[in-house]
Amino acid sequence: MVKLTFIEPSGAEVAIEAQEGWSAMQVATSKGVEGIDAECGGSCACATCHCYVEGDVAARLPAPLDGELAMLDNVAAERRPNSRLSCQIKVTPEIEGLILRVAEVQS
Amino acid sequence: MTSDPMVIVGAGQAGLQIAESLRSEGWEGPIRLLGDEPHPPYHRPPLSKAWLLGEAIEAQVGIRGPEFLERKGIEHVMAREVAAIDPAARSLTFEGGETLRWAGLALATGARPRGLPVPGADLDGVMALRSLDDATRLAARLAPGVRVVVIGAGFIGLEVAAAAVKRGCEVTVVEAQARIMARAVPPAISAFHTELHARHGVRILLETGVTAILGESGRVRAVATGAGELPADVVVVGIGVVAADDLARAAGIVCERGIVVDASSRTSAPGVVAAGDCTVRRLDDGTSQRLESVQNAVEQAKSAAAALMGKDRPFTATPWFWSDQYDVKLQMAGLSAGATAMVTRGDPASGRFSLWHFAGDRLIAVDTVNLAQEHMAARRILDRGMALTPDDVAAAAFDPMAAARG
Ligand SMILES: Cc1cc2nc3c(=O)[nH]c(=O)nc-3n(C[C@H](O)[C@H](O)[C@H](O)COP(=O)(O)OP(=O)(O)OC[C@H]3O[C@@H](n4cnc5c(N)ncnc54)[C@H](O)[C@@H]3O)c2cc1C
Ligand code: FES
Repeated sequence: MVKLTFIEPSGAEVAIEAQEGWSAMQVATSKGVEGIDAECGGSCACATCHCYVEGDVAARLPAPLDGELAMLDNVAAERRPNSRLSCQIKVTPEIEGLILRVAEVQS
Repeated sequence: MTSDPMVIVGAGQAGLQIAESLRSEGWEGPIRLLGDEPHPPYHRPPLSKAWLLGEAIEAQVGIRGPEFLERKGIEHVMAREVAAIDPAARSLTFEGGETLRWAGLALATGARPRGLPVPGADLDGVMALRSLDDATRLAARLAPGVRVVVIGAGFIGLEVAAAAVKRGCEVTVVEAQARIMARAVPPAISAFHTELHARHGVRILLETGVTAILGESGRVRAVATGAGELPADVVVVGIGVVAADDLARAAGIVCERGIVVDASSRTSAPGVVAAGDCTVRRLDDGTSQRLESVQNAVEQAKSAAAALMGKDRPFTATPWFWSDQYDVKLQMAGLSAGATAMVTRGDPASGRFSLWHFAGDRLIAVDTVNLAQEHMAARRILDRGMALTPDDVAAAAFDPMAAARG
C-alpha cells in the first residue's frame, strides 16, 4: 500500500492507503474524495480530475504524456506548473507520501 | 414530518450525476437512486477497452465509492427493477408490487442493445456488450486462438475487435454498410481506422449482411453471411442500442426513439425529468437529436437536477465523444452530419490529423485523430460560435490553439 494525501477544495485532508496499480483518480473517487468529477472514467478525455501535486515526491512523478498535456491546457481551474490529471498518475511505491490538492473547479 | 424523496430510476452515469447535482443545487431532503443492476454505479466506456484486457477490477471502474454516497446522503438501492410510474399520483411501483412516493422523479434508464433479428441469436456464445456483467462474460471467453465474429462496425464493435485481437483471438468484423462507423464519422476516418484494424490483423467484411447464426448443441458454431459461413466461437452483436423508455411510454409521457426532453431535461409530465441514453432532445427548430455519450448523460443530468429544483440550466455545450482503438484516440466535437464542406489538416499517413466540417461557411464539427489539443481547441471554438471559414482553417498559418484563446 502507498500513502497518498488528497486535499479537498474545502481544505480538508484525506489520507489514503492506496493500492498499487490503481490511478490516483480511482483511489480518490472510490474513497469519496470531494471535488474530483472524473467524467470520462480515466480515458484522458474530460480534464475533470485536475489536481496540483505537492510534496518532495512530486518531482519523482513521471512527466505527463502528450495526451495529458493537451487536456491540461484546458482545465477549468488555473493551470499551474504542478497541474496534473489524477487519472494519469499511477500508484507506485516511488510516490509514497504524494500530496494531491484537488482543483477548486473541474468544469 | 420528513419530505418525500427525490427519486431517480436508473443508477448509471446520468442517474448518479442527478443525485450529486441535486445536492449541489441545494436539495436537503432524501434521495433514492434506484437501479436494477447488482453493482454500484460504474463507468461503461472502460468495458469495451481496459476491462476486456483484464486491466481493471470492479472497484476501479466505479464512478463513486460507497463512502461518497453515504456522505452525500444518497441512498442507492441495488438490483431492484421499477415496474411502473404514475406521474399524477407521484408514485412508482417496484417489480413485486411495493410502491414509493416521490417529491420529484428523474428517469435515467439508459438504453439496451438492439437485438439481431435472425435465427440463432439466442445461442450460447452470442453476446451483446452493455453492462459490467456482459463485459465479464465476454472477457472470460477471449483467449488465444478463439474465433470472434463481431457483428456491426460501430464504436463498441470496433473497440471489442481491438481488445479481442490483443488477447490473441482471430477476429472478423461484419458490417452491412459500405464503410465502418458510417453513422458517426466521415469516409476519411472510416478509411484510416479500416487500415488500422487491418494492420493489427482484424478482418473487416463490408457490405455483408448476416442471415443466421448457426449452432451445434445450443452453442454457436458459425455466422451465416452473404459472404459465406464464418466459423465462430464467440459472436458479439454491436448493432446499436434502443432507448429504455418503456416506463415513460406506459405512463403516457411523450416518447419517440426515447423520452422526449427539452434543453433543460424536462419531459412532457410536470415534475418528471429525464437524462442520458433514454432521452431524445427536442431542438428549437422542431427536429430531434439522440446522443449516446458520457458528456450528454452528465450534462443532461445537471440540467435535470436543476429542473427538479425549479431552475433552468439548459445544456448548450457542443456535443463531444471519443473512441479508443489500439493506441489511437479518435475525438469528435460537434456533429458532422449535414456538412457541405470539409477541410483536412495534417496527413492521415502521419497518424495525426483533423477534419473540419462546415455547413456553408459555418463551422459545425471537428474530428481529430491523436490530436487531443486540437480537439479541445475545437470544442472551445464551437462553444463560442467563433466565425471561421473553410479558407481560414485551410490556411497554412492557422493555429487552432491560438484561435481558441483569441
Ligand atoms: C461498452 C461501452 C463503451 C462506451 N464507450 C463510450 C466512450 O468511449 N465514450 C462515450 O462518450 N460514451 C461511451 N459509451 C456510452 C456511455 O457509456 C453512455 O452514453 C452512458 O453510460 C449513458 O448513461 P445513462 O446513465 O444514460 O445510461 P446507463 O449508464 O445505461 O444507466 C442506466 C441504468 O438504468 C438501469 N435501469 C433501466 N431500467 C430500469 C428500471 N426499470 N428499474 C431500475 N433500473 C433500471 C439500467 O440497468 C442501467 O444500470 C459506451 C457505452 C458502452 C456500453
Ligand atoms: S478522468 Fe477524464 S481526464 Fe481524467
